Amino acid sequence: MSLTQTENSLGLTESGVETPGEAAAEIKGKRKKAGLLWWFACAWLGIIVLMVVFADLLPNPYDQPVPDASAHESPFSSWPEFLGTDYLGRSTLSRIAAGARTSVTVATIPVASGILIGGLLGLVSAYFRGTTEAVIDIFADALLAFPPLLLLLMMSSVLYPPSVWTITLGLAILTVPGFYRLTKANAIAQSKREYVVVAKAMGARPGRIMFKELMPNTVATILSYAVIVMAVMIVAEGSLSFLGVGVPDPEPSWGGMVYKEKDNLEDYPGQVFVPCAVLFLTVFSLNVIGDRLRSKFDVRDSNL
Amino acid sequence: MWRLLGRKVLHLIPVLFLVTLATTAMPDMLKLGDSSATPVAPKITMDMKPEDIKKLEHEYGYDKPLLERYGTWVKDAVTGDFGTSMATDQPVIDGIKERYPVTLELALAALIIALGVAVPLGVWAAAKAGRIPDKVLGGVSSGLLAVPPFVSAILLVYLFSVPGVISPVFPNLSTDLGTANFIDGLEYLWLPAIVLALAEIPQFQRLLRSDMLGTLQEDYILTARSKGLSAPYVLFRHALRPSSFSLITISGLTLGRLIGGTVIVEFYFGIPGLGQSIVNAINAKDIPTVQGTVVVIAVGYVVLNALVDIGYMLIDPRVRAR
Repeated sequence: MSLTQTENSLGLTESGVETPGEAAAEIKGKRKKAGLLWWFACAWLGIIVLMVVFADLLPNPYDQPVPDASAHESPFSSWPEFLGTDYLGRSTLSRIAAGARTSVTVATIPVASGILIGGLLGLVSAYFRGTTEAVIDIFADALLAFPPLLLLLMMSSVLYPPSVWTITLGLAILTVPGFYRLTKANAIAQSKREYVVVAKAMGARPGRIMFKELMPNTVATILSYAVIVMAVMIVAEGSLSFLGVGVPDPEPSWGGMVYKEKDNLEDYPGQVFVPCAVLFLTVFSLNVIGDRLRSKFDVRDSNL
Repeated sequence: MWRLLGRKVLHLIPVLFLVTLATTAMPDMLKLGDSSATPVAPKITMDMKPEDIKKLEHEYGYDKPLLERYGTWVKDAVTGDFGTSMATDQPVIDGIKERYPVTLELALAALIIALGVAVPLGVWAAAKAGRIPDKVLGGVSSGLLAVPPFVSAILLVYLFSVPGVISPVFPNLSTDLGTANFIDGLEYLWLPAIVLALAEIPQFQRLLRSDMLGTLQEDYILTARSKGLSAPYVLFRHALRPSSFSLITISGLTLGRLIGGTVIVEFYFGIPGLGQSIVNAINAKDIPTVQGTVVVIAVGYVVLNALVDIGYMLIDPRVRAR
């Protein structure tokens, strides 16, 4: 129950509503086999990684109009710009690829710092309990008291001018309380196990217990949630850019591309739907992979 | 149990303190990022010298230390005074009062739609667990989970190409919808409400399905079936109520989240609610409005969550015992 509550209170893991009943049903029924979806998700994320690495090698730069092309060329009408051009005649393909860099930045850095800071605080809190836990809890609760998008908007109104880095900072702050609660819940569950009691009885210091005993046994769970939080981060950045307060033009962002073209929806739907589709496929792939990792590494499974 | 309740309420106080303090500290954070930035930006004209800006900051009290400003803010806020908007010179509270009903109605409509769709689907999926309908629903819901609200908004507008559904529909609604009744508002809000509901349906559906699976293992369900009662009757009359416990809890939390999460649809559909006013205020660098609106939503969210928690405690003896 405590874990379910933690998940819900994360407020971030959209797909995180799973109850013990379902977890039990999953064990009894099928150990999910790596199906078509899993491979599809891996393949798509592979493409994203390729785009991130080779974005500079594309025939046209993302911030300049394509030389002999007009604005708003529809997707799948020419080669090599098979994704068309935007309202300034810039290559959609190059902008998607460069936007992938933005998405990967906002997905990885906040999650990594969330795991580091939140995880550390979670371990400290789980080990010491008492006042330490209560104080950290209050800060975490205060951060969680803001609806996530609202907190981001608030931060983007003071972190000015907006850029990939201010958004990354905002998202990093946002992820900390979620990972804190998750680590704490897992570490508390672990700290009741015999091996921790034995370690304590043998005179191990707090640092050793936290990092050598508790941490290795919580890390798998945390990492499998991290994949899903990455998807949430990408959506959050997309939403901010869609509201026009995220990554500013000409820096590319999938959400920003939608923002710039949304008023041309009826005339040039392709320009809107290409970034939408890319965003959807990326989030979907991360969710598929995250769900699978979670059912594999979840403590509830291994405990039973 | 009373001790637990008291602890919950006691816990609320420092959280509310931090939330309000954080919003009061917004001008300071502004300076932190860029020392030439100023919270009075909307008031600045081209011919102003740095001294004039300093004077302006003094006029608005932004030169005082944070804690002093916080004290003043709290004193004003308890009397319902959230300051004056930098952009419009109107009291912030007036804007909030005008826009709050719109956002609340939108969130409520979305919640009702989401429950209306998710409950039958969740029951159906549980009844057919492991078979084709369940698998299809599972696939659809994990697909839906990956669609961000702004994508589904655009997609729905395009698919239905509802004429005039964007901006032209809301001429002077800010004075209109707030006082108009719920049904009248729905004429404008049904599509945005569906967009919001789409994001919640998969979660509700999954939750109800899994809780229902547990209930369907109970002996009394078997008894009811063996009495010859029809499957739908047993599902809806016997199994639904005991399974909907966590769904109701989540619905309460979702309502709070929706009120803070309507920003995107309000922005896209041009709905004059709280979310739209925040985005406008950010673009106008109107900090008092951002502050006031964020505080109202966040405090509402915290209090609603606490109420849900307490309600949960009152209903469920197992939680009480812990």
